Amino acid sequence: MGYPHKPHQKETVLLSQYFGDPEARTYGGWVKRGGYEALKKALGMSPAEVVEVVKVSGLRGRGGAGFPAGVKWSFMPKEKSKPHYLCCNADESEPGTFKDREIMRWTPHALIEGCAIAMHAIQAEVGYIYIRGEFTEAIRIMQAALDEAYKVGTLGANAMGSGRRLDIWIHRGAGAYICGEETALMNSIEGRRGNPRIRPPFPAQAGVFGMPTTVNNVETLTSVPHIINRGAEWYQKLSLSNPKSSGTKLFSVCGHVARPGNYEVTMGFPLKDLIYDLAGLRDGRTLKACQPGGSSVPILDRAETEACLLDYEGCVGQGTMLGSGGLIVFDDSADMVYQIMRLTRFYAHESCAQCTQCREGTGWTVRILERILSGKGTMGDLDLLLDIGEQMTGKTICVLSDSCAVPVVSGIKKFRGEFEAYITGARKPVLAVA
Amino acid sequence: MQVTGEYEPVFTGDRRARLDAILTRYPTKRAALLPALWMVQEARGWIPDTAMVEVAQALDLTAAYVKGVVTFYTMYHQHPVGRHFIQVCTTTPCNLCGAEDVVRAFLEHSGCGELGATSPDGRFTIVEVECLGACGFATPVLIDDDFIDGVTVDKVRELLARYP
Ligand SMILES: Cc1cc2nc3c(=O)[nH]c(=O)nc-3n(C[C@H](O)[C@H](O)[C@H](O)COP(=O)(O)O)c2cc1C
Ligand code: FES
Repeated sequence: MGYPHKPHQKETVLLSQYFGDPEARTYGGWVKRGGYEALKKALGMSPAEVVEVVKVSGLRGRGGAGFPAGVKWSFMPKEKSKPHYLCCNADESEPGTFKDREIMRWTPHALIEGCAIAMHAIQAEVGYIYIRGEFTEAIRIMQAALDEAYKVGTLGANAMGSGRRLDIWIHRGAGAYICGEETALMNSIEGRRGNPRIRPPFPAQAGVFGMPTTVNNVETLTSVPHIINRGAEWYQKLSLSNPKSSGTKLFSVCGHVARPGNYEVTMGFPLKDLIYDLAGLRDGRTLKACQPGGSSVPILDRAETEACLLDYEGCVGQGTMLGSGGLIVFDDSADMVYQIMRLTRFYAHESCAQCTQCREGTGWTVRILERILSGKGTMGDLDLLLDIGEQMTGKTICVLSDSCAVPVVSGIKKFRGEFEAYITGARKPVLAVA
Repeated sequence: MQVTGEYEPVFTGDRRARLDAILTRYPTKRAALLPALWMVQEARGWIPDTAMVEVAQALDLTAAYVKGVVTFYTMYHQHPVGRHFIQVCTTTPCNLCGAEDVVRAFLEHSGCGELGATSPDGRFTIVEVECLGACGFATPVLIDDDFIDGVTVDKVRELLARYP
């Protein structure tokens, strides 16, 4: 999808309102659009008041886990005895997800404002925006916006004349999905290999540099200024369905659709409308399956997709998760076995290799799927895959291992016939050797 | 690892000043490791062992520690690569949209022959990478520091011509 993108009438554009508007990228353009009003207002409130507003708004983490943002902030020590840090998670590497990139490319000041408000709320003087190394353009744009913000005194030793120090730095990643996991991200900022850490201690007790830390996703933080400006109740009421899922959410729609791109809808929006009306299937195609929350969530078949409402509870109700909001669509032309194998290659490549179940399990899963795709699989391989999947679930330091098993297990459950067709020879092999 | 023979240091003049500025952003020297390695790669095109020794000295680390970090992150080159380094995403969302055909077109028109190899004229190295975070713009390609959205098979030849 190119920009500017004219929003569909069913969209509710809050975060994406200025996607495609280059003027919104500049400090002056952002201020003209009401930018930094929320920060001014927040700096006039006590940290506890800001935390309370965000708590009441019901804003939940948009990075994948959906943890309530205000509650997370409230875990930070109230009495500050050592430095506090904010880490903004802009590692965005979950296949299917490309929303944080657009927020940073088009509205960098919105993210800076969100970070600054969060830093005030958790009493942090320093924040790091951890941006994946491949996002060269987003890094340039964010850096230019930060330079502007320092120049006008929005950031720095006396942020907006408040007497508060607010410093925000970009930390560039170097190619590792796992660094999106919050404790791996902190290790990566510290100049270490990106291995996840065992919890406890939790980041609010001992995070980056051993200090109290809050990690939030780009979209989570960018939602905060709207809540400060317009109030917690307003944000809650945006939701179509459930008070537990409030506000709007960006869905990155990709794969087999006619109009891929980011669509912003209120929580509780019907998944089928997002696929059929907003993104649209390609001519003459029908829906086979989708993953509504990125590659790590269970695959839905067509009937489940059509019944699913897009909020945290609605997705769980259909046996999947809202995750990051990366919606991967598979139409009737998709080879589920091959595409699931490609996903497992992703996880095998990205495993940090600390935990045995993950290091061995991801590679083993790939090899079995490759064997099936080369026509040399057996029916026993399917049971073996399910067995390995079980051994990879709930046993490791982080959930990358589980994430690899999820599409395999749900894929075999829902599309077993496609796997069997390769095994019986009804389908021609697509890989040469295994 | 030891530096023997001629070695031209990376962190002199302007680059040393930039590293010093970066060091002020973190409470530890170690935290400047990823930025320092990026500066080495910018300057040299890859990260030789000798540069790891220099980085280790600058940040009070051991060379072995630095190597351990370099090997963890896929974007740091441990070997020289072609003048232009091309990364094509082939993970599922892009794969559904024909990313493997795009890779084949790159291999064909660049003279690289196979993935990871450098073309005989030293101009290109092409690799497949996992999700680039731009899945709605299939197929995204990173050529050096240029992030290019929506590359299709028919655009490959013209695109390569822009990188002499
Ligand atoms: C393997 C793995 C990869 C992750 N990648 C990301 C990511 O790229 N971006 C992100 O925001 N969160 C990612 N997360 C989730 C983070 O650990 C963390 O929950 C999140 O950044 C918290 O922010 P939020 O509460 O605002 O969502 C990942 C988690 C795991 C286990
Ligand atoms: S799958 Fe290609 S950019 Fe995400």
